[in-house]
Amino acid sequence: MIDYSKLINKTIQSVKPSGIRKYFDIAAEMDDVISLGVGEPDFKTPWHIREAAIQSLNEGKTRYTSNSGILELRDEICKYYERRFGVKGYNYRTDCLVSVGGSEAIDLAVRCLINPGDEVLIPEPSFVCYTPIVAMSGGVPVPIRTVVENDFRLTGDELRAAITPKTKMLILPYPNNPTGGIMRKEHLEEIAEVLRGTDIMILSDEIYAELTYGGISHASIAAVDGMFERTVIVSGFSKAYSMTGWRLGYALGPKEVIAAMTKLHQYAIMSAPTNSQYAAIEALRNGDDDVRDMLKEYDARRRFIVDGFNKLGLACFEPNGAFYVFPCIQSSGLTSDEFCEKLLYSKKVAVVPGNAFGECGEGFIRVSYCYSISHIKEALKRIGDFLDECKG
Amino acid sequence: MKKEIINLLEKEPQLTNAELAAMLGISEEEVAAQVAELKKMGVIRGQKLIVNRELIGDSKITALIEIKVTPKSKLGFDAIAHQIAEFEEVQSLYLMSGGFDLAVTVTGNTFHDVAMFVAKRLSPLESVVSTATHFILRPYKELGIKMNDSGTDDRGIVSL
Ligand SMILES: Cc1ncc(COP(=O)(O)O)c(C=O)c1O
Repeated sequence: MIDYSKLINKTIQSVKPSGIRKYFDIAAEMDDVISLGVGEPDFKTPWHIREAAIQSLNEGKTRYTSNSGILELRDEICKYYERRFGVKGYNYRTDCLVSVGGSEAIDLAVRCLINPGDEVLIPEPSFVCYTPIVAMSGGVPVPIRTVVENDFRLTGDELRAAITPKTKMLILPYPNNPTGGIMRKEHLEEIAEVLRGTDIMILSDEIYAELTYGGISHASIAAVDGMFERTVIVSGFSKAYSMTGWRLGYALGPKEVIAAMTKLHQYAIMSAPTNSQYAAIEALRNGDDDVRDMLKEYDARRRFIVDGFNKLGLACFEPNGAFYVFPCIQSSGLTSDEFCEKLLYSKKVAVVPGNAFGECGEGFIRVSYCYSISHIKEALKRIGDFLDECKG
Repeated sequence: MKKEIINLLEKEPQLTNAELAAMLGISEEEVAAQVAELKKMGVIRGQKLIVNRELIGDSKITALIEIKVTPKSKLGFDAIAHQIAEFEEVQSLYLMSGGFDLAVTVTGNTFHDVAMFVAKRLSPLESVVSTATHFILRPYKELGIKMNDSGTDDRGIVSL
């Protein structure tokens, strides 16, 4: 009999399966669970965007596209980044790659930049994919703990303290999943100050760039003086346009890095889904109003849920990005895992423990507000009942 | 601010002033004052439950009736419209552009109820020139709410 544990790659075997897999499975088996647990929009893709994909199918656009993606789409992406976030200078022929979601772009960027032993700085709490992807490249993930007192921003001092001669890359995950924290221009300036004059690259995961609140627009580190040459921006259509199932994203960066990523992408993927690319062209050309409308809706929910948690006595800093809140649950006397498991069993409400996003997320839970107000209201009520029972 | 309040309340009429205040970033008193004014202005006119009676075997009969009328010289369509609106069987009533003038939905317990309403109450009105009655066979969506979908979320319960 084959002992597969001897065959399967050692690194992937050592990668922890997402620690809360078991808890997910329990939740999935239960009836009448009300969830605040998903990281994807409840909205459907705006109709005109769907129609553009259907149109492309009707026109028989059923083949591979060029490896880097349809030229028109790459052109729109570069224009979009300049128009929305003021990042100028990307050449759509050489500096842009269309990928299978932001996910693939993250994977490519890491694999194309990291040699075994290179250290990659990962501010935490953050999205779960960075650490395993770095590990698979033989890189060394170096978590940097961010704290609620700084609204979970990465500070210049924290960054400086983590840099060693082996540091190759900084992952900049803002607006942040799970905390909802953002970095403003002045905060990015602090980061830039530390990195100027080094060879450290930045992988800026800007997938939530469209989702910022309180009148604050997303600032991209690529627009900060001296950072353009060292930044690979990763983004995509999933969150801004409610297109998670279309699997479309992109990377923008220096042509040498994009060329390497394109080479790998060509061998691993060929090209991103063709009809999704046509939909994406429509999204970038005519989707601003949809984004604005969805943002408005998220914003009302965000205020509602932050207020709700604060009233329940679970301190919740005001998140200005993405669609998550990250309330502190330490007052319940439970760990994040205990809190989530008990809440699920006793009140059938599913939320994600903060420690799933890095050890420093312990003591918090991630709550998504990609749900209707009435749904959120019911969930908050149950959480309130749960807290009363914990006390009682 | 009035528009924002209306946008939120139209979707979720149950929101309390405190909840609206949190969502809009204004004080509860301010919300209360605005809502009171909206009611006084007649902007907020009431709320109803949207139900699918089919599911408990208690369907009512609803008809959509197109009406052609001769408008009164000074009052235009208003006089006849107000008169029709008075009938309690009438659920909705609109002045229309196109091939007819008024569109009315009428609800009754049986076909006979609705037929009698048309024959005895609507048609005899002096200004009514003609009517065309269409019975509604099945509701799919009312006031933006789908009547038959299960309402399940096709997203998973948790994702990272
Ligand atoms: C921070 C972050 N980056 C990237 C992704 C990947 O998104 P996609 O591959 O759908 O573009 C996600 C999805 O949850 C995310 O939260």
